[in-house]
Amino acid sequence: MTTYDDRLAAFSGRVLVERRPAPDPVNVPMIRQWVEAMGDANPRYLGEQPVAPASMMQAWTMRGYAPTDASAGAFEELVALLEEGGYTSVVATDSELDFHREVVPGDHLSVEEVVESISAEKRTGLGAGRFVSTLKTYRDSADEVVATQRWRTLRFRPAEPAPEAVLRPRPAINLDNEFWFTAAREERLVVQRCADCKALRHPPGPCCPDCTSFAWDTVEASGRGTLYSYVVAHHPRHPAFDYPLLIAVVELDEGTRLITNLTGATADELTVGMALEVEWLRADADLTLPVFRPVRPREH
Amino acid sequence: MGSLSGQTAIIGIGATEFSKASGRSELQLACEAVVAAIADAGLRPGDVDGMVTFTAESSAEIHVARNTGIGDLSFFSRVPHGGGAACGTVAHAAAAIHAGLAEVVVCWRAFNERSGERYGLGQASRPMDTNADRAAYSWMTPFGLSTPAQWVAMFARRYMHEYGATSEDFGRVAVLDRARAATNPKAWFHGRPITLEEHQASRWIAEPLHLLDCCQETDGGQALVVVSAARAKDLPHVPAYVVGAAQASGRDQHMMTSYYRPTISGIPEMGLVGDQLWAQSGLRPADMQAAVLYDHFTPFVLPQLEELGFCGRGEAASFVADGHLELDGSLPLNTHGGQLGEAYLHGMNGIAEGVRLVRGASVNQPGDVGNVVVTAGTGVPTSALVLGAR
Ligand SMILES: [Zn+2]
Repeated sequence: MTTYDDRLAAFSGRVLVERRPAPDPVNVPMIRQWVEAMGDANPRYLGEQPVAPASMMQAWTMRGYAPTDASAGAFEELVALLEEGGYTSVVATDSELDFHREVVPGDHLSVEEVVESISAEKRTGLGAGRFVSTLKTYRDSADEVVATQRWRTLRFRPAEPAPEAVLRPRPAINLDNEFWFTAAREERLVVQRCADCKALRHPPGPCCPDCTSFAWDTVEASGRGTLYSYVVAHHPRHPAFDYPLLIAVVELDEGTRLITNLTGATADELTVGMALEVEWLRADADLTLPVFRPVRPREH
Repeated sequence: MGSLSGQTAIIGIGATEFSKASGRSELQLACEAVVAAIADAGLRPGDVDGMVTFTAESSAEIHVARNTGIGDLSFFSRVPHGGGAACGTVAHAAAAIHAGLAEVVVCWRAFNERSGERYGLGQASRPMDTNADRAAYSWMTPFGLSTPAQWVAMFARRYMHEYGATSEDFGRVAVLDRARAATNPKAWFHGRPITLEEHQASRWIAEPLHLLDCCQETDGGQALVVVSAARAKDLPHVPAYVVGAAQASGRDQHMMTSYYRPTISGIPEMGLVGDQLWAQSGLRPADMQAAVLYDHFTPFVLPQLEELGFCGRGEAASFVADGHLELDGSLPLNTHGGQLGEAYLHGMNGIAEGVRLVRGASVNQPGDVGNVVVTAGTGVPTSALVLGAR
């Protein structure tokens, strides 16, 4: 049975584009247009003995704009075979030109393209694809080779756009809570403390409810606490979370409580009052959150 | 000026149908309810000079007034904190009338809460800014705690832990509400009672809350007309006097997540409301012949009974199981079917049921109701009323 790879391999050495003469001989008007467009002032191109710029090699043999028969040749056959494999997109990757002699007005060139190789499937940034290497041979009317061009294209299967990662809902950061989330990014669990009466408070706020002081600092929590209450969330589902989702209120050893997630335990292993310790969840590049796991017995 | 008690009365009630897809604008629902309530009061739109609604309401008073032919307004206000506002609208109306700021005040709430913006879907994807209200969500939504059911579930788990209550204890509230709704033709769940087994078998939403612990979502509108006691005597319906009206926010209050208080098995703001009601009215819990308690989620009905003094702390589960809340019990509850059974109208339909109970016009009238206590949203700054026949 002929595999897909065999069918592709059969193209190696095959003439992809039959030898095709350039529509016009090499001529001064086209050279003039080219060097003007390119801004190339090299006097050799338009001097007493004009020489065509090497970079024009492909230009002499290009097809015109008129429609051509697109159904017949080996090239179309290869394109169809690649499309069958899902390689529907193309990008040119390499072009190595090798010049045998200079081309001058009056030369009537032709080009022929032969497949050298088709690679196995490669992973690329654009998607999985195969490199198709061909050799284009440029000859003059006497069949002398004036240049060769090793031409490589990547025929690829466009990568599925990566599903956009759904992030956890963003905290609304403002002047009153920014310090807490900044500390969390450094994996520090802090609790706001009144700078005057030293009362701890969470969630934080600008003013101490015990003494009305607006001065505050923070203390770093031990990361130990107990399970005060919890919810096993099932519906509705937010795409950033796995369900059932364990959400808890944890009472820290320092006395304040916070809402968090539980990890390292299933719902039926939870009991109100159980000992917990902090673990850091790097939810995404911008958000690190404290979550809590049961304190393992051996650590007592 | 003296006490507010008995100085005003709810004299008109009006509502749209309760549905899942009204097919009409929220403004139209508001206008329909307001027009119906004014007509029920035996008044004309031009008589209205005060309007009160929720901050959550999408239709400002100027739009409702302009569309319904309500003319000059001398008083308007709004009450914040979602369903906690419900009875607060009547409190504002009563206070304004008592203070001489207005004579006829309409209170209303209307929304397409099912076909439009559904609260049950949570706050995770709401637009963000950095004001204090929004920043408060920073402690919840990054951890996936974003829906009302989840917020209540956290309280419920702790209540179960402290008092030994069970999911069945919550379920009995749902069964009771649905039994009342089953015989209320206006209720969404008319003709559809549930059993405790069905409650237990319903899927988890946020453990320990089953689906049947959570109220429905509703499109609709409800309006009430408040006038002075003197004016009420000249109008067609039996007045439902505002015997008590109170709002409260407790110490260390948060929006649905007051998890940082010394204990979270109670609802201190509801206790504060109760204290005011009893002080204003000179009445006691035993003087209530019925109760309409806010029931967006069953677990919060239990601590309401405790905070208002109908039973002791931790005793609500057995109070319910003992049948006190049945139609023939000592405190018939949510005779319209509650928000679990009739409609979720942010508590405003419960006030209308309180009015019907005083009128003797509930579809599940348990006998003469001299006084009924009506509460508003729980877990938020809240409010409550005592409506009476006196
Ligand atoms: Zn202080």
